[in-house]
Amino acid sequence: MSDNNFIKSYWKMLKKPHQATLGTILAMGFVFGIIFWGGFNTAMEASNTETFCISCHEMENNVYQEYKETIHYSNRSGVRATCPDCHVPDEWTHKIVRKIQASKELWGKFTGYVDTPDKFNNHRKEMALREWKRMKGNDSQECRNCHNFDYMDFSEQGKRSAVQHSTALAEGDKTCIDCHKGIAHTLPDMSDIEGWH
Amino acid sequence: MNKLLIIALVTLTLGLVSSVVITAEEKDDNGGLVSLRGNAELFEEKDAEEMKRVQRDQSPIARDYLHQPPLIPHQIRNYQINTQSNKCLACHSWKNYRKAGATKISMTHFDTRDGQQLSDVSPRRYFCTQCHVNQADAKPLIENQFKAVDELSENE
Repeated sequence: MSDNNFIKSYWKMLKKPHQATLGTILAMGFVFGIIFWGGFNTAMEASNTETFCISCHEMENNVYQEYKETIHYSNRSGVRATCPDCHVPDEWTHKIVRKIQASKELWGKFTGYVDTPDKFNNHRKEMALREWKRMKGNDSQECRNCHNFDYMDFSEQGKRSAVQHSTALAEGDKTCIDCHKGIAHTLPDMSDIEGWH
Repeated sequence: MNKLLIIALVTLTLGLVSSVVITAEEKDDNGGLVSLRGNAELFEEKDAEEMKRVQRDQSPIARDYLHQPPLIPHQIRNYQINTQSNKCLACHSWKNYRKAGATKISMTHFDTRDGQQLSDVSPRRYFCTQCHVNQADAKPLIENQFKAVDELSENE
């Protein structure tokens, strides 16, 4: 009986909170919201680093080794582009979409889709085509995140670049990825890729 | 007396000769030998030379003899030539050269080693950099007065 009374009075208290309690709960919710959102973001950004990407041996032993020989890895000025700079969109909404799509990659890891060099090379073309399609679709936005076309100084470029950039690129027929395939990783079999040899 | 004189003279001459020999060995001199290392002694460590750079893009370089594979006047960093793709041919093949504004590969690239002519690049000529190289801004180590034949020397 006394228990019942206790529960009743407790329930009564809960049903009619103090004014200050409401404010406190609001404030606590706000603080926890920040902590949660910050934590979520930190975790997501942690998955957006080169270190994270190469924690899978499929990436470290194949594409990372290829990337290490390229200009985006080491160059005169030391300004680099690592895995997420090219492969993960910068705008938040597109980034979230990409992150959700990445769950497929987790599946691929668990099932060992490309876990040997042979398997990786067999699927290289499929993976490359997917990335090229994505880049073509967003007008090579990841390239443009760093390489701003409007501020390209053609007088500093070599002759061939100056010619190509001032014509095909300027007219919008082509986007960065159309010519700069293989800038970071070894090319797959290019025999039936249009716009290539 | 004579014996003593003779002994003295002999020792004197020996002493003189040996002193000359000894000082010659102690001299800091590589004997006037000039090599690619310059005048440096064996035990000296000379400063390293400056790094040589490949010019990013320049006009075509004149050939020095008729059958010379032309030099590559631009940088070729990371250009892949393998069974999957040939970056050179992406501009220099007969299919692409006009659009790319590049020199096309010559007829010789289509012949097999048995003299048969193929309709695409022969495998023996597929790996461009086995014959074609680009040039860094390194001066010749040894001065030479080589001149190409008149026909190949550009009019100054």
